[in-house]
Amino acid sequence: MLREIRPAILVLVLLTAITGLAYPLAMTAIAGVIFPKQAQGSLIEKDGTVIGSALIGQEFKEDKYFHGRPSATVAPDPNDSSKTVPAPYNAANSGGSNLGPTSKALNDRVKEDVEKLRAENPSAGVPVDLVTTSASGLDPDITPDAALFQVPRVAKARSMSEDSVRELVTQNTQGRFAGVIGEPRVNVLALNLALDAAKAK
Amino acid sequence: MTVIGWIQIILFCAIVIALVKPLGWYMTRVFDGERTFLSPVLRPLERGIYWVGGVDERREQHWLTYTVAMLLFHVGGFALIYGLMRLQAVLPFNPAGQTAAAEDLSFNTAISFITNTNWQNYGGESTLSYLVQMLGLTHQNFLSAATGIALAMALIRGFTRSSMRTVGNFWVDVTRCTLYVLLPICIVYALFLVWQGMPQTLGAYVDATTLEGGKQTIALGPVASQVAIKMLGTNGGGFFNANAAHPFENPTALSNLVQMISIFALGAAMTNVFGRMVGNERQGWAIFAVMGLLFVAGVTVTYWAEANGTSLLQAYGLTGGNMEGKEVRFGIVASSLFAVITTAASCGAVNAMHDSFTALGGMIPLINMQLGEVIIGGVGAGFYGMLLFVVLAIFVAGLMVGRTPEYVGKKIEAREVKMAMLAILVLPLMYLGWTAVGVVLPSAVASMANAGPHGFTEVLYAYTSGTGNNGSAFAGLTGNTLFYNLTLAMAMFVGRFFMIVPAMAIAGSLVEKKSIPASAGTFPTTGGLFVGLVIGVILIIGGLTFFPVLALGPIVEHLAMNANTLF
Repeated sequence: MLREIRPAILVLVLLTAITGLAYPLAMTAIAGVIFPKQAQGSLIEKDGTVIGSALIGQEFKEDKYFHGRPSATVAPDPNDSSKTVPAPYNAANSGGSNLGPTSKALNDRVKEDVEKLRAENPSAGVPVDLVTTSASGLDPDITPDAALFQVPRVAKARSMSEDSVRELVTQNTQGRFAGVIGEPRVNVLALNLALDAAKAK
Repeated sequence: MTVIGWIQIILFCAIVIALVKPLGWYMTRVFDGERTFLSPVLRPLERGIYWVGGVDERREQHWLTYTVAMLLFHVGGFALIYGLMRLQAVLPFNPAGQTAAAEDLSFNTAISFITNTNWQNYGGESTLSYLVQMLGLTHQNFLSAATGIALAMALIRGFTRSSMRTVGNFWVDVTRCTLYVLLPICIVYALFLVWQGMPQTLGAYVDATTLEGGKQTIALGPVASQVAIKMLGTNGGGFFNANAAHPFENPTALSNLVQMISIFALGAAMTNVFGRMVGNERQGWAIFAVMGLLFVAGVTVTYWAEANGTSLLQAYGLTGGNMEGKEVRFGIVASSLFAVITTAASCGAVNAMHDSFTALGGMIPLINMQLGEVIIGGVGAGFYGMLLFVVLAIFVAGLMVGRTPEYVGKKIEAREVKMAMLAILVLPLMYLGWTAVGVVLPSAVASMANAGPHGFTEVLYAYTSGTGNNGSAFAGLTGNTLFYNLTLAMAMFVGRFFMIVPAMAIAGSLVEKKSIPASAGTFPTTGGLFVGLVIGVILIIGGLTFFPVLALGPIVEHLAMNANTLF
């Protein structure tokens, strides 16, 4: 049995060096050359400053922008580090609400959000993704229904016609991969950038 | 439930089935020590490792030596992770300035990774440096997976060899599995993931100024290299807190499909390796059929439950299923499918928050783990777990006809059955016992995020997941406390090693027996009767063990939900 101690140390050290250092570092080098943009986090720059990542949702509250889904991410409380405070779309601490189907807290939150959205657009049914938090709290997408639901508000805030806003939503809707895999979706940040660009014209 | 949803499920199953034979063929060659197309590159590296490590690759080991070598290997792995986490503040590759992780969290995480559980009491982007992610977690993702496969190979050799004393060489099995199977696939796979949008950088977190002028700190890191092995090795420990739900850890529907396939690929192929080694591939397909039928049943229930949504959402006229804790790019079907795959396979990665699933939708992942992680299961571990149930099923069949049972040429006798029962009974002892403690101890109760039966299920899920070496969670439970860090570590340790040692004892006992040719009285183990019998044994043992506890958790919650009771 004692003869197994040498390999237990040396085989471990060698395999660790290969899988824990050589492999990730080589992947970093190769990926940086072949896919430099993705490897750095698909960052979007505007006038020299980073405005976000194409893959990470960000918080939108103004009427003139499309809003993403509610986010349950938190951050440490600045006054008491043992507690946390809500910090929507905190991309340095991902997470969901973890509220279960019989949760009163979840029930109250959904109820409040539904009432707010019904007041904003009484003509359409409220899409479920607009009143439920995502798993990561960083969901970059909403469903096409959720985007169309917000068209009247955005058009009014921007004094644009609803048709032209709806046209932008359609342009920014991505279908299923190969027509089968995944769900149709609208990237909120891309849509809002397109809106700003349309105004600039 | 929609037609396009079912097409996605069928597509997934078809791809996995198509991979079983080619992967099984390749892995069999690797473990038989034959040349593969990668040998010209990898063989010198492999020999170098043996030379430095003082390993004679032709010298095989008795089952006890094999087991001791495996345990020693894990002592080193434990020390490495624990040390790195405690010292990360003063080590390189720490651009986010993470401070030393606490003793109990480091202990829990180290146990979690050497047992292939990868339970996340750590927060990923908020707790760990890049060095710990690479040198601590990525390396153990490889080695705990390689260990599982090595142990399964040793047990298979117990069936295939006649009147011998040795079951293989642990160092050779682990090295070959890492170099020839895991590493080459991961290199290609990691690049695919980067192409899909997964970061792979050592650069610091980026501060962005959002369109509305807010500040957003975006966590980055060498994600793709870790996620590739996290999935392929059914490890499941996330780079980020939100695991495979994080857009950087699972950017697209396509990356999601490939991740799901990679969770099942090696575990499914092990059935074919077994079939090839015992000289009849149909023996492997029979076991695959047992796994496949249980899996499809689970997917159907979870998909149905999540697509129906909750009575709460329906009350507000919301349609489209239960989207709380799910991502839009995956939707209901890919989230439900992922949840069943990850718990069937002992992976534990999540692309949706299981805590927010409906009562019945979340019960299936729980059942998958409580059945002993044998539906595909963890790489290697699922297969030797399944063989324990096969031993019992064969024993039951033998009792019915009054004949000493035999399986692929080996007589199954008292010693094998005792060891199989020991391994199977120790699991409920852990998850039922600790749940009982967790729901009465006030400091443990304080960790629950939800009240009522759902809070109970959170605790039950945690210990079930730990014992089953799964690692997924009803993540509302605050696990990073002294009580949970220590008791979960114990559940993970017992769940892994108290299953391995009896399984290896069976290997050692079988390998010494003579192979006997099948006769007219041999119970055929390639047909529907055998498949039905094994499923029956799994469901009866599982059902008797945990039905009462499910009644207290998800079942009562389902009834409460339909009665519009809130907690």
